Amino acid sequence: MINVEGLRKSFGKNEVLKGISTKINKGEVIAVIGPSGSGKSTFLRCMNLLETRDGGSITIEGTDIQQMEAHLRKKIGMVFQHFHLFPHLTVLENITFAPLQVLKKTKKEAEHAGLDLLNKVGLAEKAHAYPSSLSGGQKQRVAIARALAMNPEIMLFDEPTSALDPEMVKEVLQVMNDLAKTGMTMVIVTHEMGFAKEVADRVLFMDDGKLVEDSSPQVFFENPNTDRAKAFLEKVL
Amino acid sequence: MNLDFAQLVPSIPYILYGIWVTLQFVAVSLVLGFLLGTVLSFFKIGKVRVLRWFADAYTSVFRGTPLILQMLLIYYAIPQLTGVDIGAFTAGVLTFALNSAAYVSEIIRAGINAVDKGQKEAAMALGIPYRTMMMKIILPQALKNILPALMNEFITLTKESAIVSVIGALDIMRRAQIVGASNYAFFEPLLLAGLIYYLLVMLLTIAGRVLERRLAKSD
Repeated sequence: MINVEGLRKSFGKNEVLKGISTKINKGEVIAVIGPSGSGKSTFLRCMNLLETRDGGSITIEGTDIQQMEAHLRKKIGMVFQHFHLFPHLTVLENITFAPLQVLKKTKKEAEHAGLDLLNKVGLAEKAHAYPSSLSGGQKQRVAIARALAMNPEIMLFDEPTSALDPEMVKEVLQVMNDLAKTGMTMVIVTHEMGFAKEVADRVLFMDDGKLVEDSSPQVFFENPNTDRAKAFLEKVL
Repeated sequence: MNLDFAQLVPSIPYILYGIWVTLQFVAVSLVLGFLLGTVLSFFKIGKVRVLRWFADAYTSVFRGTPLILQMLLIYYAIPQLTGVDIGAFTAGVLTFALNSAAYVSEIIRAGINAVDKGQKEAAMALGIPYRTMMMKIILPQALKNILPALMNEFITLTKESAIVSVIGALDIMRRAQIVGASNYAFFEPLLLAGLIYYLLVMLLTIAGRVLERRLAKSD
């Protein structure tokens, strides 16, 4: 579905991605793991054109993503570490904003779908609350619902639980787990090793701008192929 | 010292009518200045170099020269160049709108830059077009933060509007001077004018607070 070939990206003199190549198949759940500064987030952001790449190619079903900007946004949903909910809009308005403005849905349709999504993430009663009154975990669940409201085919998660208090992490992972079960294609940059092990179909291990290891969670967590992955796992597990 | 407020009484309605003139003047300048300032701030943060350069140069000139000079230039120079007499009120409004726009554009620019860049990224990731993002996501948040600074600018505008009396527009200030001159007593009419300006500014301040509280409902 997504084909990444020799992806390169630099910030000034600092080369952050040094030629990443991989394929992501429809319905796969990919965990991207690695030390901070390894380029995981940049890799994710390049797939959504939040960063423009310097080299290589990214294609979705054969079309380069740079040729499909407006359409790309509808295909790919993104969830950020710091939620980025719109603070001046209510929870429901946050969710219906893009469907109303971009997909030109009617208010009734958008609100109906929005409430349905809020139900799925367990926050229907917060529909008319403002983001500032929500906990971190609730905010992130709203952010997931907001991304899903555009009916994306692929969901990108950029460290979705890293900014949360420990007791909030589980509720967000639960929502993501439910989503994975629906067959959504997901790419998740995460430090939650337990979650990656349990939910991911594949683990991409990145270090220093390179894709060091691409294997199943069983292989990666129990018997990693590379020394670098071994060293990393020893530190975090 | 002999103050005689009784002498002022017949002239009070004349001075009070100046409130209407001043209010019209301030309201039109304020709205025009705000709209023009918003456009200029978009130029400043935009990607088009010519527009950015224009907006910066514009701000630099209007902030760098005295307001009264700008007004006299517009009032006397336009008729000299074009032969069209534009009148004191129009010249005043034009000056104040153009001048205020320079300040407002800086305030709005700062407000927009202060909005978390994650807001822009979230909007982009949802496929929201640039215009919609600016108008409905970024600007409302920016306005909320810069409301005190904007109110300050509006208050300054209200007070500074007294300068139009120089080119003969019959505002509060001008009327107070005329009454003072005809009665040979300046203290009383000027005091009244001062009181009126003060009350106008207080009204603006209160309106600003109410607006601020309404915008704070999402906090």
